[in-house]
Amino acid sequence: MTELRGAFAQALALIGGADPSLVEIVLLTVQVSFSAVLLATAIALPLGGALALYRFPGRRGLVVLLNALMGLPPVVAGLAVYLLLSRSGALGAWGLLFTPGAMIAAQCVLVTPIVAALSRQVLEDLWAEYAEQLRSLGAGRARAIATLVWEGRHALLTAVLAGFGRAIAEVGAVLIVGGNIAHHTRVMTTAIALETSKGDLALALGLGMLLIGMSIVVNASAYLLKEYAQVRYG
Amino acid sequence: MRRRPFTVLLLPALALGLSLAGAMLAAPRPAEAEEFITVASTTSTENSGLFGHLLPLFQAQSGIEVRVVALGTGQAMRVAERGDADVLFVHHRASELKFVEQGHGVGRREVMYNDFVLVGPRADPAGVAGTRDAAAAFARIAQAKAPFASRGDDSGTHKAERAVWKSAGLAPDGARDPWYRETGSGMGATLNTAAAMDAYALADRGTWLGFRNKGGLVVVVEGDPVLFNPYGVILVNPARHPHVKAAAGQRFIDWLVSPAGQSAIAGFKVGGAQVFFPDAK
Amino acid sequence: MAESAVKLQEPRAAAPATPGGPLAVAPAGREGRTAPAGNGEAEILPLECRDVSYAAGGQALVQGLTFRLEPGRRTVLLGPNGAGKSLTLRLCHGLLAPSRGSVRWLGPGAAQASARQAMVFQRPVLLRRSALANVVYALAVRGVPRRRRRTLAEDALALTGLLPLARRQARVLSGGEQQRLALARAWALRPQVLFLDEPTASLDPAAARAVEEAIGAIHRAGTAIVLTTHDLGQAQRLADDVLFLHRGRLLEQAPAAAFFAGPATPQARAFLRGELVL
Repeated sequence: MTELRGAFAQALALIGGADPSLVEIVLLTVQVSFSAVLLATAIALPLGGALALYRFPGRRGLVVLLNALMGLPPVVAGLAVYLLLSRSGALGAWGLLFTPGAMIAAQCVLVTPIVAALSRQVLEDLWAEYAEQLRSLGAGRARAIATLVWEGRHALLTAVLAGFGRAIAEVGAVLIVGGNIAHHTRVMTTAIALETSKGDLALALGLGMLLIGMSIVVNASAYLLKEYAQVRYG
Repeated sequence: MRRRPFTVLLLPALALGLSLAGAMLAAPRPAEAEEFITVASTTSTENSGLFGHLLPLFQAQSGIEVRVVALGTGQAMRVAERGDADVLFVHHRASELKFVEQGHGVGRREVMYNDFVLVGPRADPAGVAGTRDAAAAFARIAQAKAPFASRGDDSGTHKAERAVWKSAGLAPDGARDPWYRETGSGMGATLNTAAAMDAYALADRGTWLGFRNKGGLVVVVEGDPVLFNPYGVILVNPARHPHVKAAAGQRFIDWLVSPAGQSAIAGFKVGGAQVFFPDAK
Repeated sequence: MAESAVKLQEPRAAAPATPGGPLAVAPAGREGRTAPAGNGEAEILPLECRDVSYAAGGQALVQGLTFRLEPGRRTVLLGPNGAGKSLTLRLCHGLLAPSRGSVRWLGPGAAQASARQAMVFQRPVLLRRSALANVVYALAVRGVPRRRRRTLAEDALALTGLLPLARRQARVLSGGEQQRLALARAWALRPQVLFLDEPTASLDPAAARAVEEAIGAIHRAGTAIVLTTHDLGQAQRLADDVLFLHRGRLLEQAPAAAFFAGPATPQARAFLRGELVL
């Protein structure tokens, strides 16, 4: 229990103190995960839409694969991205390894299947409701996907948030491809891992509480937004 | 619409948050040095805080930012082999020599040393406290079947530990000897494990001194010459990896072994105690 | 087709052009057929269904339908529940492909058929945006230039009496308002044929009346109406022609007056008497 009490004190001190190196870590964390989710969403929504609206050979296999990849171990994703971005790898010339860019790529790999699989479900349900009307108006498939994404934006926000939660809480992948370099690729989770390995459990737990707090703020905003939208748009 | 004032505020607030995040993405990161090198090193140097002490001094003098990826020695070497670092800074002489011999690196220099200590529970169930003979102490731990937490991760520390076992004529194996626990993780994680289960463990002194979760652990054996732990620094071979920043990497190496670098190493203290001892020749 | 909406329509042999252009709705009470709405474009009607069948899961849902829909007419598909009225409407509109037989547009504009027809469904599917934006969306999908969408949308809302609600969210409108909005959205496209599937089935009498009035206005502006209903009163108020369906077969096709005066089949007679027809 002394650790927990210490952790609370640490968390409060961290927030109250606004320590510049902590601010740096928090900003980088948000920046990396936000970019990764943005990128993943840009890939996943059209992908989910295509899987919801088009019928083609291999579609079912792709859906199963996506659902399975939702549980992709971060370390595996990290290792794959590491091998790709390593100087000896296919994309080594880009020099992205051990940069925030590499971390964004790794998180993107983790998040895309989640957003795609969840949005496919949402869009498929919407399509059942809208299909005849949109076809009657003469909307093509691509346009229909765009329309459904906009119509389902509040439900899709939940899918995107699930992805964001995964991205921001993940440590295995960003540790491998980012290298946890101080002031450069150190994010909340890798900092927590580092403090744990230094034996500073209270500080690690304090950082963890801060991370949870951030997660709560993001989810609460989304929840309120969704509730508001329900009242307003019906 | 009863919560109208609140909900009306919510949307702009979210929009503001999003645009702030967007602006952050677009803005260049502050304090970015003109030039940087990547150094693959070990957790012992990073976790003890040595780099936190050295790097600002080097950057002030050279303008070069050093980005340290802290891994176990084995992993650090593989990262360097793939060309993903410019400089390798580790502590296992035999592996380092092999690294150079195989053409992965050039110009190995010895920089400093520290030493390993055997830590264990204050109660000392194997009765090893007081001896300076590491091999004898290890033999007694094996005999008592007292819990021992090993890194088990092919790191420099792990290799040093295996060497001590070997010199005691033993080769404990986690599968056969339940008292021998391989954590497969870093020094800190292994110390956390040892603290939690009152096990013995071999640790580098730097990490040990900086470690905050000692629990009931104390140093039980130290000072044996076999526990001597020399650090070497190697430039990744630019002939093999053309993108390696050879000039900047060499400047870092040169600085480490220069009088300025050596005295900076000597000046690094944890809890008032010197941790690394410069020995560049 | 949007470009043509401002042009004076071509004079037609069958009927003189409506003065003032297609946007001018003919005065109320004017009877008979006017030119199709909003175009100097070639007419897509008549629509010919020849021996059309549709089967699902090995079961024939409609069989051997043969009929023609002519320009400017109001055709009511009449029959009890399960007769295949909605299905026939979807086959005509092209949402379903017949299992057998053919559905063909015979007019000179047949190549553009899909762009010159619209449908209103029993339960309106409205987008989560304002009433006006719903109509603007439909115009955008049909490729109407951006600068013209707003005006056309407002005209359509005015026709259905929804202009005061233009800014309201579509999904929070009442049932009747939603159906009128669906009508406005369809009408904004200036279709030559408007298909309506039980447009008043779930509405109260006042709302149903407003919808019928909007349908009347659209027809007077020159659009052919094809409507399904099981409401006899509505059929009598709206129909020029009646197609009577029963158990997936077309039993009668006749001008409305003739049909209601003397139905030829016992099933139609029973239906007109209000008996449960099985």
